[in-house]
Amino acid sequence: MLSIRNLSVSINGKNILRNFNLEVKEGEIHAIMGPNGTGKSTLAAVIAGREMFDVDEGEILYRGQNLLEMKPEIRAREGIFLGFQYPVEIPGVSMANFMRTAMNEKRKYLGLEPLTGAEFLKIMEEKKKLVDIQSKLTNRSVNEGFSGGEKKKNEIFQMALLEPRLAILDETDSGLDIDALKVVAKGVNKLRRKDNATVVITHYQRLLDYIVPDFVHVLFDGRIVKSGGKDLAIELENKGYEWIKKEAGIENAA
Amino acid sequence: MKERLLELFHENSALIRGQATPLVNRLRQNALDRFEKNGFPDTGNESWRFTNLEPVLLTEFAFDFQNQSRSLDIDKLFTCDVYDLDTFSVTLLNGWFVYKHAPLTRLANGTVIGSLAKAMEVYPDLVDQYLGKAVKLEGSGLAALNTAFLQDGLFIYVPEGTVIERPIQLINIVNSNVPLFLQPRHLVIVEKNASLTLVHCDHSLTHKVSFTNTVVEMFVAENAHIDHYKIQNKGRNSALVTSNYFVQKKDSRLSTSIVTLNGGFTKNILDVTLSQPGCHSEHNGLYLVDSNQHVDNQLFIDHAAPDCTSEQLYKGILDDQARAVFSGKVMVRRDAQRTRAYQNNKNLLLTDDAKANAQPFLEIYADDVKCSHGATVGQLDPDAMFYLRSRGLCERTARQLMMYAFAIEIVQKISIEALSQRLDHMVEKRLKGELSICDQCVLHCNSKEPTTFNIDLSLL
Repeated sequence: MLSIRNLSVSINGKNILRNFNLEVKEGEIHAIMGPNGTGKSTLAAVIAGREMFDVDEGEILYRGQNLLEMKPEIRAREGIFLGFQYPVEIPGVSMANFMRTAMNEKRKYLGLEPLTGAEFLKIMEEKKKLVDIQSKLTNRSVNEGFSGGEKKKNEIFQMALLEPRLAILDETDSGLDIDALKVVAKGVNKLRRKDNATVVITHYQRLLDYIVPDFVHVLFDGRIVKSGGKDLAIELENKGYEWIKKEAGIENAA
Repeated sequence: MKERLLELFHENSALIRGQATPLVNRLRQNALDRFEKNGFPDTGNESWRFTNLEPVLLTEFAFDFQNQSRSLDIDKLFTCDVYDLDTFSVTLLNGWFVYKHAPLTRLANGTVIGSLAKAMEVYPDLVDQYLGKAVKLEGSGLAALNTAFLQDGLFIYVPEGTVIERPIQLINIVNSNVPLFLQPRHLVIVEKNASLTLVHCDHSLTHKVSFTNTVVEMFVAENAHIDHYKIQNKGRNSALVTSNYFVQKKDSRLSTSIVTLNGGFTKNILDVTLSQPGCHSEHNGLYLVDSNQHVDNQLFIDHAAPDCTSEQLYKGILDDQARAVFSGKVMVRRDAQRTRAYQNNKNLLLTDDAKANAQPFLEIYADDVKCSHGATVGQLDPDAMFYLRSRGLCERTARQLMMYAFAIEIVQKISIEALSQRLDHMVEKRLKGELSICDQCVLHCNSKEPTTFNIDLSLL
């Protein structure tokens, strides 16, 4: 579904990702772990189409198409979803209006009739239950005044409505207490299907107790230095990142 | 222009004086002297620094001192099509009150609504008691000019304890085949414990140049309440200066909302005196301007008594080479302890050529006060734009949604639901570039070709 090949990305002349490679297939859950500042969020932003980064080398293929040539909204309509580490507050735009517009723009792109108000409300109610979201959140402005936990739940709620093929969840666990974490994880697990895939970006192993990955990759200094199964996450939790650095031959790097 | 006006005054002095009371005519003479001395405001005047009236005054204007428009059938010309807006509606055509029902209507509860010219004949004592008591003639010269030439306009008197449930709607229309200079004068008196909702709509029906120099005086007595809404949707060749003077007494409440959807040259002056304790004064504004439009909102809130609160929120979206000026001054005098005053102006610029000048200003002489002011001039938040696009909204839709969200805060403060809904719709259309001034009238304007005002989002 997603092939990232030899990708190098920089911002203002500073290299962030170097010769990065990743292969994600349908039905898989990948976890990308690593210390802060190693390029995890940059990877998520580049996949979603943030224009502030320069792609210096390499390619990203998404279902056989050149992803880097697509605008962010086309990527979204083609089924890519980014769960933001810091969801943006947009005063004055109601969640319901935003999501109905988003769903209908996607439907239009796919040649489907727009949802009526009633159809949309029905779907919204179903998805609210799925992610345990309080009904009043959807009447409020997008993320405005939401708590940290509410913002992250709201990301999963949007994911549930948009039904992506490929979801990239960027530090979805940061700032969550254990109860909120469980709710978010439950939502992600319920949305899992044979034909979709999830990339979970996280700093801690904790989330992976609830969202069990098929593959774990350790990102360091802009590239994947080690890959393995779910046990790798546990090993990291126990031993920290230092041994990986040694193994990868990186001496107290930048 | 100044000399021409002084000549015109002397040539037409009998017509202008008309049936006005002796007191009003004395006031007129003082005002004329003042205008002779001050003339029109130029950019050397601090309040007019960024708003140049000079180009407007270059036109050879015509004047109508005799009310030559009265014979026109107003209903054929214009019908307000805001559905469900149940108002007592009166019309001014080219500055003259249209005798649709009668020159003055007296309701069962004693409320009087009608022509100021007629009110000077029928209620001279009432007019003399209030007219000229709120206006400040020493300022720009325009208020003095209006006072010197005042002939007609809207007169409203709401007696003590009377609550007017049905809003009164003033429709101010300019319809002329020659460039017209008009100076309507409105006087609104709301007595103790009374309340009034006034909707004031400014329209133009032709694309001719016009200059409207309006003065409004409003008196809000003890524990009285005025909600004042002003909708401006004028042709691009029109110039409109409205000077509003409000005097609030003890425990009174005043709220104003000015929504400027279109207008070539628009200046709104709000001068509010909180003369006794316990007043609340709230002022909101929204302007959506493009091409070479110029809009200037100038507010002066004078906290002259303790325990009063005032709030101002003005927001604007500017496209093309449009220009907006906001100058808001809050004065807290020495005795005005426990004043609460908040002021904010936010501008969204869509192009590099659009320009906003924001000048919030506090002048405080009391020590126990809570005041804040702020002003922002900025572009759409790129993080928010990306967030919306990452969910599948195209750039154009994302921009429209954000602009709408920015603007609608002001519309949502309007308490007349039908009007609020209608404006909501108009703002949305305006931001999509689909609103024309002709949307306003059932006849879809006298001109065959509707004029549309694009905020063309595709080119951004």
